[in-house]
Amino acid sequence: MEILREGMGELVGWRDPDEHRRWVQANKSRELKDKQMTIAEVVKKFVKDGEFLAMGGFGHVRVSMAIVYEIVRQGKRGLTMAGKTAVQDIDILVAAGCVDRVEVAYAFGHELRGLSPASRRAVESGKCRVLAETSNACYQWRFLAAAMGIPFIPSRNLMGTDTFEKSSAKIARDPWSGKPVCLLPACYPDVAILHVHRCDRFGNAQIDGILVEDYELARAARRLILTTEEIVDDDYMRLNPDRTAIPFFLVDAVCEAPYGAHPCLMPHRYYFDEQHIHEWLTVSKTEKGVQEYFERYVYGVADFMDYLERVGGVRKLEELRRTEQLRLPAWSPEVAP
Amino acid sequence: MKQSLGFTSTEMMACAAARLLEDGKSVFVGTGLPMIAGLLAQRRHAPGLLIIFEAGGIGPQVPVLPISVGDSRTFYKAVAASSMHDVMSFLQNGYVDYGFLGAAAIDPFGNINTTVIGDWEHPTVRLPGSGGANDIGSLCWRTIILMRQDKLRFVEKLPFVTTPGYLDGEGSRERAGLPAGTGPYRVITQLGIFSFDSESKRLMLLERMPGVETTTIQYESGFEIVLPGEVPEVEPPGLDEIRLLREIDPNRMILKG
Repeated sequence: MEILREGMGELVGWRDPDEHRRWVQANKSRELKDKQMTIAEVVKKFVKDGEFLAMGGFGHVRVSMAIVYEIVRQGKRGLTMAGKTAVQDIDILVAAGCVDRVEVAYAFGHELRGLSPASRRAVESGKCRVLAETSNACYQWRFLAAAMGIPFIPSRNLMGTDTFEKSSAKIARDPWSGKPVCLLPACYPDVAILHVHRCDRFGNAQIDGILVEDYELARAARRLILTTEEIVDDDYMRLNPDRTAIPFFLVDAVCEAPYGAHPCLMPHRYYFDEQHIHEWLTVSKTEKGVQEYFERYVYGVADFMDYLERVGGVRKLEELRRTEQLRLPAWSPEVAP
Repeated sequence: MKQSLGFTSTEMMACAAARLLEDGKSVFVGTGLPMIAGLLAQRRHAPGLLIIFEAGGIGPQVPVLPISVGDSRTFYKAVAASSMHDVMSFLQNGYVDYGFLGAAAIDPFGNINTTVIGDWEHPTVRLPGSGGANDIGSLCWRTIILMRQDKLRFVEKLPFVTTPGYLDGEGSRERAGLPAGTGPYRVITQLGIFSFDSESKRLMLLERMPGVETTTIQYESGFEIVLPGEVPEVEPPGLDEIRLLREIDPNRMILKG
């Protein structure tokens, strides 16, 4: 295949497909076994300094924040993160100094809520480095290629732009049409962490609402951690096998973490905690504010349950549940008292 | 400045964008102004407009303004709550007629920067990057760019091209490998509505926003805009449009400007 152009971005997460197959053969158990662990144990065992991390969900939607706060608490360092429209998670992890390298489709912003003061500061001061650029479609197609066990996948975007120039993609001549086509390298994160609606103790999982790219990411990652709103009975998944988004043998650990996406949204369960996100975006304008936030919500609490009490407990969570059900209007800074 | 006329410039932009969307077509939207334009079109003249969100929401009946493109409101009573692979493949396969883009800066060919100001490796200002913008700008049939206009945002040369417009002119998208027959369709700012000259593919003024002079539009641009002989004024928002806009964004989260 004739290569016409090569992006100059760093190649993040790529592996030779045979090397990955051998790793899977040796390391991914096919045994149906109980994989429940505590959040603290999971982070200790599976999130290692210097590894490449990808979080599930999209933006502020269905993100395993329970694990994000635990990564901060355990002071992990030198992580590379997939900016696959990563918002609250990456902002917190960059601000805490856990993540210092990012491949960016979308990062350092909070969509309509504005830019991220803390992670922008880190990038602009050189504390956090952007390794490569990509786009949302390209990131999930990189995961798709990895999930399929193939070295790359063609796409028809990126070409002609600086996003391509700073990506790890290549442009080749399509042997059939003769037109230039973009080749996206497969991407295998060392560890992916997904928050799901329900799963059993083995890791068979259901996701309600949009899957985003979790279907592909779950199959691309080497180690896969699930946090879940609830653990269901062993028979539950077999009653509705067509609803299984993730089968157990992909999963390395399962943690029950009700409200585990807070302050992000969990479809059909609870809405964004806009007040909390607003608080973070306000205090993170200064380093002192960042430290105070972590003191209050991470170092100053025992665990995620304790954090949920600190952010407003049952009253707040019930409010978010009703907002998600369209029974209460969402809090917004525009109408806040 | 438009308060005396009973509408804001942002409301005018939302109306101008909504009017472009036809019934029975499909549109890829993000949050903010594009979302409002899509909803306004749907409630006013295009009830069959198919709205698609990049995180997987397809054809929702949006009950209240979503804050995020993955917000559950983006798949409320939808025809499908799907995946990004699914909707991005629809985009790549020609199913999406219109796509909205925002921009921190634009050049005469409609190329867009949302990645960085200054040097990429040592940025002065780091912006969020492409997100889904490169995908929309590369793959949908017609893109509509919604942005504020001034000399710093309308620039002859961008420090970084995040999303392709007409690259460096006629035929360059196809030469680069992008799908044939695609590209920017309109640019809507608080000052005017623009299209692209069919030969040079440079930005061309189509209509002036109410009360805005052509000289102002040229003055607020860092490059020369193609000016046809006669430039009509945009029809101001009608009462029906204003009423619907305030129903869609009651707290004026987006429409305050």
